[in-house]
This record gives sequence, structure tokens and C-alpha cells, in this order.
Amino acid sequence: MMQKRYMSIWFSTLLTDWIRIKRPALKDLPLVFSDKAGNRMVITAASKEAASLGIHLGMPLADARAIVPDLEVIENQCHKSKKLLTALGRWCIRYTPLVALEEDQGLILDISGCAHLWGGEKAYLREIVNRLRGIGYQVRASISDTMGTAWAVSRYGRVSPIIKSGEELNALLPLPPMALRISPIASQKLIKLGLKTIGSFISMPRSVLRRRIGEDSMERIEQVLGQKEDFFLPITVPEVYSERLASMEPIRTRKGIEIAIEKLLFQLCTKLQSDGMGLRSALLQSYRIDGQVIKTQIGTNSPSVNTSHLFKLFSLQIDKIEPKMGIELFTMDAVRFDRLDPGQESLWMTEKSMSNQKVIELLDRLAGKLGAQVIQRYLPQPHHWPERSIKKVDSITEPLSLPWRTDRLRPVQLLKVPEPVQVTAPIPDYPPMLFRYQGVTHQVKKADGPERIEREWWLEKGEHRDYYQLEDAEGKRYWLFRSGHYSPEKPSQWFIHGFFA
Amino acid sequence: MAAVKKDIIGKLQEQILNLQGFKPERNAHGIDFGLGIISNAFPGNVFPLAALHEFLATNLEDASASGGFISVLLSTLMKKGGLCLWISTQRKIFPPSLITFGLSPERIIFIDLQNERDVLWASEEALKCESLTAVVTELDEISFAQSRRLQLVIEKSRVTAFVIRKNAEKLSSTLAAARWRISAMPSGAIDGLPGLGFARWHVELLKVKNGIPGNWMIEYAAGVFKPVKQVPFNDLKIRKAV
Repeated sequence: MMQKRYMSIWFSTLLTDWIRIKRPALKDLPLVFSDKAGNRMVITAASKEAASLGIHLGMPLADARAIVPDLEVIENQCHKSKKLLTALGRWCIRYTPLVALEEDQGLILDISGCAHLWGGEKAYLREIVNRLRGIGYQVRASISDTMGTAWAVSRYGRVSPIIKSGEELNALLPLPPMALRISPIASQKLIKLGLKTIGSFISMPRSVLRRRIGEDSMERIEQVLGQKEDFFLPITVPEVYSERLASMEPIRTRKGIEIAIEKLLFQLCTKLQSDGMGLRSALLQSYRIDGQVIKTQIGTNSPSVNTSHLFKLFSLQIDKIEPKMGIELFTMDAVRFDRLDPGQESLWMTEKSMSNQKVIELLDRLAGKLGAQVIQRYLPQPHHWPERSIKKVDSITEPLSLPWRTDRLRPVQLLKVPEPVQVTAPIPDYPPMLFRYQGVTHQVKKADGPERIEREWWLEKGEHRDYYQLEDAEGKRYWLFRSGHYSPEKPSQWFIHGFFA
Repeated sequence: MAAVKKDIIGKLQEQILNLQGFKPERNAHGIDFGLGIISNAFPGNVFPLAALHEFLATNLEDASASGGFISVLLSTLMKKGGLCLWISTQRKIFPPSLITFGLSPERIIFIDLQNERDVLWASEEALKCESLTAVVTELDEISFAQSRRLQLVIEKSRVTAFVIRKNAEKLSSTLAAARWRISAMPSGAIDGLPGLGFARWHVELLKVKNGIPGNWMIEYAAGVFKPVKQVPFNDLKIRKAV
């Protein structure tokens, strides 16, 4: 078996470094993070400046404020450090595929067989540390055969960060007992006994040590020295669906762009499909020779791995990709993807269920070019008020939750806003005898009504409507209403609202 | 003897239609729309599907009548399921009303657009999709070339297209299989009671490819076209449709 090598990275002031990267104005100010512990606020992280003023972790915030009145405090970020570490761990995947989190602001990397790619462990370590320091994190790192030794040296080591194989014990000898990561009680006990370095007690007989510091600490020591296997839980990285296609010669023609898109889509969809996923949104980036990047995005109404359909969506936007001097690189990312539902059933598709997919693809094309808002589908709503009797739905598969009303006749054409008309009506509650709309007088020959529709007072205020269905001499049919009650003092307001077939 | 002659004439007519480029499989299943003698105006006495039907509707009243008439046709077409697209600008169609004509409004997808160019583009795209049952397009004008584009797409996908032309002033000729105008007629009283009767329409078939134009009266009641007993407007020479 190949000799394992581990690298431990310690972020001594992780949270404060992070906030300073985000807010450079906080640089060089005493800065602490605090969180609730029980019913008081306690310091959970302190910057170097704060620490030098006597503020330490676990101190109540009130005490810290007493020492440094103009202390900068950031509250309630208790899960931030884990999140940050995970993100940093994912960033480290570029150096090794196996990265694990450590309890106190550290990462552990399994670097077996990776370091030579950077020209040896020294260069490897320097690269990582310099990169992280460049971002703004205070880090210390160490490489060793065991995780425990790497951990100890990264935190307490003073000599060399790289411990050669078999040198673990020697490197540990001058370090304090805490470096073994045994329980604080045990290490305190050892210090009290005057055993201030590991070297002073490590060669003691096991049975003697075990009696004083306990079985757990003994196990820990064995792990550090590599006599026992340590536990390593690598972090997982979310699958990234991304494809790239570089071209030997810069691409300048539409045909060339089309071929690139087809190829990328094919690769992306094959990958997605093998994972049972379907594309919801894809981003194509075309890198031009002149340094410009053209972004083109498509979206679909349902997960899809149908390359020809997705290609059609892109082809609607190819015009926007101006090659100018030429495009040298295309990348395509799956911005959104969902689990592919193999057999989506919908309710009206009794015979044509197979063809549902094609309609969805058509709607994707329409939405891609004209915008998703142009697609409308309506379902009934339990309201009598005509404007509110239907609701828009986004999905073309949403089933009918309540039946369409057939008991009342509704006009085929409905005006969005009722228009006022002049009406001659004989007596209250009688339909009009004639009405005038857009300069034409209509003699009413037949009429039905009134159908009173009350405004829903809990939704809006206003008058009710008394609707009449009117037929004029030519047989044309109209939907008119009088707004509010009839009153002899003032003439009633009449409106036309629709046209019947 | 007469029967033999009729047979011969029928066969000859079929041959003529073939020579004229008419494809009889346009309504191979012979879906009956209950149009009665109006069907006789069409070649082969069947309502042509997979074709462009043009409706003239210059005002909202006619648009309502056309909407009702088309809904009845659509409801027959969509009996076996399927979807329909209704593409328009400034749509005024009120979906809940279509249930009156047997058409389930939730099976229509409305595409509401801003300009005519998009309407034409969307219609062409929609007509390419053979999974749709029909596509209804409302627009102001359609040129011969544009109608030809739609017709070419239809011939591949075999989807039926209904085009409602809202501006008939500059009436260009098109490749439509039929040009209709549906307008309202005074309804008859139901059982002698006052109030509105069933919807009654004056159906004009202004142009039919390989067929005979004409105009009829039709009444829609209880889900079917009904025979009309009393005929007004005698001077218009309207025939009874059913």
C-alpha cells in the first residue's frame, strides 16, 4: 500500500478574516464574533487585534465591551464557520480529491500521490498557503504521515511544516500535550504534573499513562503516531454539469456555432441522462478572441434531455451570438436541472399522452422567443364576478379542480374594461329598449335578465351589477349591465361588457 | 339507371378532384361536424381538415359568432382529447363562455402577443407541432405569401388551422381551403316564451376550394346544430343548413 500523506490547514482567524475580505474597512480594528450561549452573549471568534487586548474566546460580550469600548461585534453567525470551511474545502478539491473538515477551523487533505504534480511537497504546501493568504486568510499548514501529527504541527509546530515519513514522533516531542488533541482535562492534568512537552511523557509505560489520562486519550495518541487508523470523512462536491469545447480555428460562421452547440448539448445531455436528470436551464458562454464573453441562456418548462429540442431553443438565439473576430471556446453549464420524470401523465391526454412532450417543446420554443408570459391557460375560480371567475395557471398539466359553470350564459368576447353606453330603459328592472354604443343605436328586440352579480365586499368596494342579455333587430347579442340600484333622482350608469355568439 | 349514372358521376368528380390536386385523406376519418347540407359544399362532401379555414370578422359581434362557431367545430375535433392553441393580439375571448359550445376551456392554451409578426411566427411554429389538434389565429391581415407558408407547414403536420381575420378591408386572396363569414341572426323564441332563443347564425361560405360556395342558416342548441323551422330574411336566399 502506498504511504499515506496528509496535509492539515489551520485557519487561525477564519471568521474575522472572512468578514474583513467582505468589508475591508474593518481591517486592523479589534473585531469579535459573538453568539448566544444560554442567555448571554459570548465571544466565539476574535481577531488578532482583539486578542492582543485581552479578549479571549468564551468571554462574555459585556466583559469584552468593558475592555474595548469601541469593539466591532458581529452577531449570530454560529453556522457560518462550518459553511465557510465547506466552501474552502471545495475550493481545495483542485489540489486533491479527498478533503475533510476538522472540528476547529481546519481542513485535512489526503494528499497521497498529489504533491509531485506541484513539484514536491514543499512547493505544494507553499502554493496552497500562498493562495489562501492571497485571498486574505491567515493559514498555517503542515504535511505528515498521520492526520494527528499534521494537525499538531500546523497548530503548535515551530520548526518545519513538512514532517518526513517516520519522523512523526521526533516532531511531536517538543510540542505541548494539547497538540495531541486529547481532552482538555487530560492535557491540563499533564501540565499540572509538570509534563509540559509530549517528549516528557510519551515514552512512559502505557499502563501508567492510561491510568492518568484515560483510555480515550491513549487511543488518540496511537492515532497520532500512526499506530491506529484515524477517521477521515471526505466532503462531497455537488455534481457540476458543465461541458467545454475549444476550437482549433476561431469560429466565425453560424454553421460553426450550431455544430458547437449541438456537440455540447449532446455531451451535456448524455451526462445528465445517465444520472436520471433533465435540463431545465442551460447557459452557453462563447469566448471571443477579443476577450468578450457572450452569454446565451435557455429555459424549458419541464426537464428535458432531448437534444434536438434544446438545440431549437438555442437556435432561436444564435443571432445574438456575434462572432466578430471569431470564437475560440464554448462552454455550456446546466444552470438548473431536475429529476427526469419518465412518464409524465396528464389528465386530458388520454389518447395523445405521448404527444404531450411535443406540445411542451413547442411552448418552450414560444417562451424562448416571446417570453414565458405570453402563454396563458385558464381554470375556473369560485367567484361570480366575471373578471374574477377565471384564474391564470402556469402549468399546462394542472387539472381542473372545480367544473366550469354551464348554468349561466357568458359572452364569447368580453371587454377588459366595461364601456359606458347610453340606454333608454322604461322602468326599473326592465331591460333597455334601445342603447347606443360607438355611435350606433341598437333596437332591443329580445332580452333576458336581470342577473344580479354582487361585488365581493371582502375583496373590493363598489356597486353591484345587474346584467341583461340583449338581442337587437339584426340578432346580434350583447351583455349590458346597470351599475348599482335604480334611483329616480339620478340616471343610472349603463355599461356594455360583452358580446354573445 | 339513375343510380348507375350517379355512381359514374361520383367517380368522375373524384377524378377531377385528384387532377385538381385535392387530397381526399384530408378528412380520412370523416369526422361529422353535424353541419348537414353545408358539408355538400366541400369537395367529396366532407369538411376539409388539415387545411386553412379563414373567417372574416370585422367587428366584435361577428368575432363572437365566429368564436362560437369555431368552438363548436373544435369541440367535435377535440372529442378524443388533445390540445388547441389560440394565438392572438388583444384577445377578448372569454374562456368560460366556450363551455357553452362543448369546448373545455382548460384544453385551450392562449398565446397573447404584442404584434402581428409574432402572431404569424407563433402560428407557423404551432402548426408544425402535429400533437396539436388545431390552431386558432386571430390577426388583422394575412398575405398570400404568408398563407402559403402556413399551408406548407400544415401539409406536413396535418393540423387544422382557423384564421380569424379582423380587418377585411384589404381582403387579399389566400390559400385557405374555405373562407367563411359567420354573423348573428335573430333567434327564434323557445316554446313561444319571451327572451333570447338559441344562438342562430348566418353562415356564409364565400370561397371553397374545389367546392361550391353558398350561404345558410344554422342554429346551435344543446350541443348540436339544430334544424330551423322558421326562416327570416327570405330575400337573402338563405338555405336551411341542417
